[in-house]
Amino acid sequence: MSGVRGPAGSPAPLLAVERLRVEFPTRHGTLIAVHDVSFDIAPGEVLGVVGESGAGKSLTGAAIIGLIDPPGRIGAGSIHLGGRRIDGLPESEMRRIRGRQIGAVFQDPLTSLNPLYTIGRQLTETIRTHLPMSEADARRRAVELLEEVGIPAAARRIDHYPHQFSGGMRQRVVIALAIAGQPRLIIADEPTTALDVSIQAQIIQLLKRLCRDHGTAVMLVTHDMGVIAETADRVAVMYAGRIVEIGPVADVIHRPRHPYTVGLMGSIPSIVDDRERLMQIDGVMPRPTAIPSGCAFHPRCPQAFDRCARERPELMPAGSTRAACWLVESAPATAEAESL
Amino acid sequence: MSASSTPGAQRTDSALLQLSDVTRTFDVSPPWLNRVLERKPRVLLHAVSGVSVEIRRGETLGLVGESGCGKSTVARLIVGLYAPTRGTIRFDGVVVAGTGAESADPAARKRARRSMQMIFQDPYASLNPRWRVADIVAEPIRVLAPDTPGDALAARVAALLGQVGLAAADGQKYPHQFSGGQRQRISIARALSTEPAFLVCDEPTSALDVSVQAQVLNLMRDLQRRMGLTYLFISHNLAVVHHIADRVGVMYLGRIVELAPKARLFADPQHPYTRMLLDAVPDLEMSGVARTAVAGEVPNPLDPPPGCAFHPRCPLANDRCRREIPQLRPDPAGGEAACHAVEEGRLPVRVAIAGA
Repeated sequence: MSGVRGPAGSPAPLLAVERLRVEFPTRHGTLIAVHDVSFDIAPGEVLGVVGESGAGKSLTGAAIIGLIDPPGRIGAGSIHLGGRRIDGLPESEMRRIRGRQIGAVFQDPLTSLNPLYTIGRQLTETIRTHLPMSEADARRRAVELLEEVGIPAAARRIDHYPHQFSGGMRQRVVIALAIAGQPRLIIADEPTTALDVSIQAQIIQLLKRLCRDHGTAVMLVTHDMGVIAETADRVAVMYAGRIVEIGPVADVIHRPRHPYTVGLMGSIPSIVDDRERLMQIDGVMPRPTAIPSGCAFHPRCPQAFDRCARERPELMPAGSTRAACWLVESAPATAEAESL
Repeated sequence: MSASSTPGAQRTDSALLQLSDVTRTFDVSPPWLNRVLERKPRVLLHAVSGVSVEIRRGETLGLVGESGCGKSTVARLIVGLYAPTRGTIRFDGVVVAGTGAESADPAARKRARRSMQMIFQDPYASLNPRWRVADIVAEPIRVLAPDTPGDALAARVAALLGQVGLAAADGQKYPHQFSGGQRQRISIARALSTEPAFLVCDEPTSALDVSVQAQVLNLMRDLQRRMGLTYLFISHNLAVVHHIADRVGVMYLGRIVELAPKARLFADPQHPYTRMLLDAVPDLEMSGVARTAVAGEVPNPLDPPPGCAFHPRCPLANDRCRREIPQLRPDPAGGEAACHAVEEGRLPVRVAIAGA
C-alpha cells in the first residue's frame, strides 16, 4: 500500500505531485529532464529523493518551489500543496508561497545568504515578509529561531555577517531562514553535502527534530544514501528523469527491487563490511538528449531482456515498494491495478 | 614489485615513503605596512605539524580528516608542490625534500620524483580543456623523456588508455567529451605514464557519483594488484577509505592523531576524535537509529587550542590535555594514538555500533 502514496492511515497528503514533466526547449527539439514523476508527501513525513547527477532530482525540487530557470518549464502534470494547485501560478503569488508555505535549504550555505547584510537583518526581513510583526518582535523571533537551530549565544551572533560563521553554523542560519515563515514543507536540496561528516550529523538531527516538533514535511534531495537511511521515511530513486523505485526506506535499502537500485546500493562502500570489490554498474547515465528506448536503464542492466528495450515499464507494486521494472511484473502483485 | 629501486642510502625495512617530523607553516600575516602601522603581529598558519609516517611498498595508506585538517597539504608536500618548513621526506631512501635534500644526489632525486605521481580531486579542473586526451596523457613522458620517438609515444598512450578502460581512439577526443568518471580515468592514465611506483590520490572520487566512484575504486585496486603500486589515498569519506586502505591515518588540525591497520582502526578506534568520526558516519545499516551527534566544530587553525587540539570537544579532556600536546605512541590495541587518555588508560570501553 505504501508506494507512491504515503503510509496507510496518514492524513491527506500535504504535497501531491502528479505526472510532473520538466522540459527544456532547444534548437534541436525539446529535452525532457523530468518525466512523469508522481509522489505524495504527508505532513511530518520525510521523503528522500536519491539519484546520481542528472537524474532530475534537483529539478523536481525546483519545479515544486517554482524556481526552474528559463527556458526550462513545467511541460505537463500538476503540483498540489495542501489541496491547492501551485504550478503555473503567477510569480507574485508564487513569491507568497515560497517562504510562507515552502521553505528551501540548498547545498551551499554561502550562496543562500547575502554577504553584505547581517544575518539578523536577513532573518527579520524574511519574517516580516511573511508574518505581520513589528521590527522589534521580528528581531525577538529571529533570536528564537537561531536558538532553535542551535546557534550558541544567538542574541549576540544575530548581528554578525555570514562570513563570521563556520560552514555548519551557516547552514543552521539557512535552516532558520527556511523555517522563519513557518512553512509546511521544506525542500532540502543536498543540505549536508558541503559539510564535514561531524557537522552533517548535527544538521540531520536538526532537520529531523524540526520535522517532529512542527509536523513539517521535508523533501530531502541527496545523492548520499546514508543520509537518506538515517532521515527519510520513504525514498524515491530517480534514474534518467523518472522515478524507478519508491517505497519505505528500509525496504528500498535492504530489499531493492529495481536492478538500478540494487546496483546503486551495492556500489556504496561501507565501514562495516569487507568486500574485495564494489558492485559496479558499467557505463554512465544517459544524457537527456539520448534516452534509450524502452526502459532507460536497459543498456546497463545485467538482467535486461528483449522486452526491456521495446517497452517502458511503469511503476508497479513489488512487495512493499513500487518499481518500474518488467522483472517485478511477474512477482506476486497485491492486485493493486496500475492506475496511471 | 618495484625491484628497479634506486641505491637507497638508509632503507628501513620496506618503507617506500618516509615522512619524519614534517611541518609546513604558511605565513598569513597582514602586509608589512599594516603590521607596522597597526602593530599587528606576524601570523603563522600551522597546516601540518610534526607528521611522521611511513608508507610501505605495495600498501595503501588512507588519510582521513575533516576540511582544513592538513591532509591535502601532506599530499602536496610529498609530491613536491610545497616544500616542508621542517622535517624530511624520503622516497626509497633518497631525501627528496626537507633537511638534507640539497646534499642528496640530484639524479637519484630526479628518479625518485619521477616515481611519484598525483591524482587530483576535480577531473574537470585538472585536465586542460584545449588539449586532446592523447596529448594530456603523453605530456609527462614528453617532459621527462623528450627523446621518445613519436610512434613509441603513441603506442604507449594507447596502452595506457587501454589500462584504464578507455579505447585508444579516445585519445583523439577532448576532455569535455567525457563524463566525470572517464575524466578521472584519463587522470589516472596520465599519472601512470611515467611508470610510477607511488601514487598520491587526493580525494580522487569525491566529485563522482557513487556508481562511478565504484568503477574508479575497482580500477585503482586492479591497477595496484597488476603493477604493484603504492597509494597514499586521501579522503574525507571514511567508507571509501575503509574500502581501499590497508592502514589508515586520522588527521586533526595538522597532526596525525591515530594511525593503525584498517581493521583495528574501524573495529576498535582509540582516539576520541576517531571514535567521534566513526559514530558520525551515516550508514545504511543504521536505518532509523539516531547516531551520536558531536558537539562543536574544528577550531580555527590560526588559533589552535593549547595542549591537545581536540580537548575543547573531547569528553575525556583533563588538565594535562589542556596543557601538553600528546605525541603519537603505540596503543594497547595495536596501532598508534596521540592521546593522553589512551596512554593513561582512561579510555572508556566503546559501545560497538552496527556490528562493527
